[in-house]
Amino acid sequence: MDWNFILFSALKIVCVIIPLLTMVAYAVLAERKISAFIQDRVGPNRTAPPLARYVPVLGPLLTRWGMFQPLADGLKLFLKEDFTPDHVRKMYFWLAPAIAMIPAFLTIAVIPFGSVLGGQQMVIADLNVGILYTFGIVSLGVYGIVLAGYAANSKYPFLGGIRSSAQMISYEIAMGMSVIPVFLIAGNLNLSKLIAYQATHGWMVFYAPVSFFIFLIAAFAETNRLPFDLPESETELVGGYHTEYSSMKFGLFFLGEYANMIAASAMMVTLFFGGWTLPFLGLDQTASNIGMGLAHIGVFILKIGVLMTLFIWVRWMLPRFRYDQLMDLGWRRFIPLALANILVTAVVLWMRTQPA
Amino acid sequence: MIVKRSKLSLWERLYLPAIVGGFKVTLGHFIATLFKGKAVTMQYPEEKWSVPPGYRGAPYLVRDQDGHTKCVSCQLCEFVCPPKAIKITPPGPNGQPVDRANAEKMPREFEINMLRCIFCGFCQEVCPEEAIFLLKDYSLTGQSREEMIYNKEKLLALGGTHAGVQKWKHKLEEAREQESFPVET
Repeated sequence: MDWNFILFSALKIVCVIIPLLTMVAYAVLAERKISAFIQDRVGPNRTAPPLARYVPVLGPLLTRWGMFQPLADGLKLFLKEDFTPDHVRKMYFWLAPAIAMIPAFLTIAVIPFGSVLGGQQMVIADLNVGILYTFGIVSLGVYGIVLAGYAANSKYPFLGGIRSSAQMISYEIAMGMSVIPVFLIAGNLNLSKLIAYQATHGWMVFYAPVSFFIFLIAAFAETNRLPFDLPESETELVGGYHTEYSSMKFGLFFLGEYANMIAASAMMVTLFFGGWTLPFLGLDQTASNIGMGLAHIGVFILKIGVLMTLFIWVRWMLPRFRYDQLMDLGWRRFIPLALANILVTAVVLWMRTQPA
Repeated sequence: MIVKRSKLSLWERLYLPAIVGGFKVTLGHFIATLFKGKAVTMQYPEEKWSVPPGYRGAPYLVRDQDGHTKCVSCQLCEFVCPPKAIKITPPGPNGQPVDRANAEKMPREFEINMLRCIFCGFCQEVCPEEAIFLLKDYSLTGQSREEMIYNKEKLLALGGTHAGVQKWKHKLEEAREQESFPVET
C-alpha cells in the first residue's frame, strides 16, 4: 500500500468534511435569513459571543448578519437532553440518524472540488464509475429516513417514513435516467473526465437542458425539500419521520438534510455547470500554481452557493404538493420524459456519427 | 356543498405560471425587506410599543400634587383584588401620623405581588382616594419571587406624582367656600 496515497487521502477527507460541516451550518443560517427577508422579517441578528460588541465595526456587523447563530445552535443541540422514548425500537432508533447523515458525506467523495493543489488532484476518490457510485450511495439515504419512521414506533413518524420510501425511490428512477444523456454526450462515467469535457465543449446544461430540469426536480424530491417535503410536512405529520427525536439525534437529521442539499448541489455543478471551471480568465485549465488551485475551489463553492440559494428560495416560494400529485409527477411525467430524453439524445448522437 | 374542480389547462399543469408568480412575490418582498428596510420586525428591547391611553399596565401608587401619599389605607383594593395580590398593613392605633391634611391614616406597608397581579384594574376602579392607577409598564422582570413583590416605597417611586387628579384640593376649596357662603336663616 502506498503510504503517501493514504496520507493525502486522509488529509483530503479532513479538508472536505470540515468545510462541508461549516457550509451545512451556514446553509441553515442562510435559510433562516432568506426566509426572514421573504417574509418581511429580519432573521437572527442578536447572538454574539460575550466580547463581540467591543470589536469595532466588525463585531456588531457580524452579529447583525447572524454569523454567530450557527455556533449557538450547534451548542444548543449538543447540550439538549437526549431523550429516548420508552416505546421506540432502540437499536434502529440509534442507527437511523447516522444512516441519514452518512450517505450525504459519502457522495462528496467522488466529486472533484478543484483541479490540482500542490500536485494533488482535488478529489478524494477519482473513480471511473463515479456516477454509478453516487447513485448507489444516494439510494442508501432513504434507509435513514425509513428506519427513523419505523424505529419511532408511533404513527406520524411511520407515515413520514412510508411517504419518504415511496417518494425517494420513485424519484431516484427519474434522477438516474435523467443523467444518462449527459454521459452519452461525454462518453465517460468519470466525473473528472466529464469536467474536462465541459471545459473544452461548454457546459452540459446547454447540451442537455431537459436532463438538468429533471435532475433538479428529482434532487428536490430526494433531499425532501419543499415542494416535496412530504416525509417531514410539519403541518400534517407533526415533524414526520423525526418527530420522536431530540437533541443531537434530531440534529443529525437536520444536518443530514442540508448536507444532502450540498451534495446534490455539488453533483449538479459537476454534471451540468462545468464543476470547478469557468469559461473565462483561464480558469478552465488545470491549475499550475497554488493561487489558481484555490481559485478553482472558490469557483466550485461559489457555484454550490448559487444552487443552494435556489434550493432555499424555492422552499419559501412554493407550497407542498399533494401526495397523489407527487406520485403523478414522478411516474407519469418525469420518467417518460427522461426516457424520451435518452432516446432523442441517442438518436441525435447516432445521426451525427453517420456519414452524411 | 359541492366544490367544482375545474380541469387545469395544459399551461397551468406545467406549474410554470405559478412558479413565476411565486418568484415575483417572494423577490419583491426580499428586495423590499433587505434594501428598503420594510421589515415589520420591531427590535424589542431597543424599540418599544407606544402604549395607548387607557392601557392597563402595572398598578402603582401615586402621590398628589404636593408629593404626599394619597392612599389612606382603607383596604378596599385589598378586598376587591381577585388574585389577592395586594397586601396592606394598616398603621394600627399608634401608627405614624399622616403626611397630609384631610386624611386620617396612611398605610404602614403596601405590597403588590406583581406575579399574582392580573392587571384587571379593579383596584383603580374601587379606590375612593384615586391613589392607585394602572400605569403603562407592561414588562416587569426580576431575578426572584421576593423581588417581584413591590413594597410601598417602590410603588410610590414608580407611580410618581399625579398632579392632574387633585381631588382633595378641590374638596377643600369647596369646603372653604361653604364656610363663607351666605346662608339665610
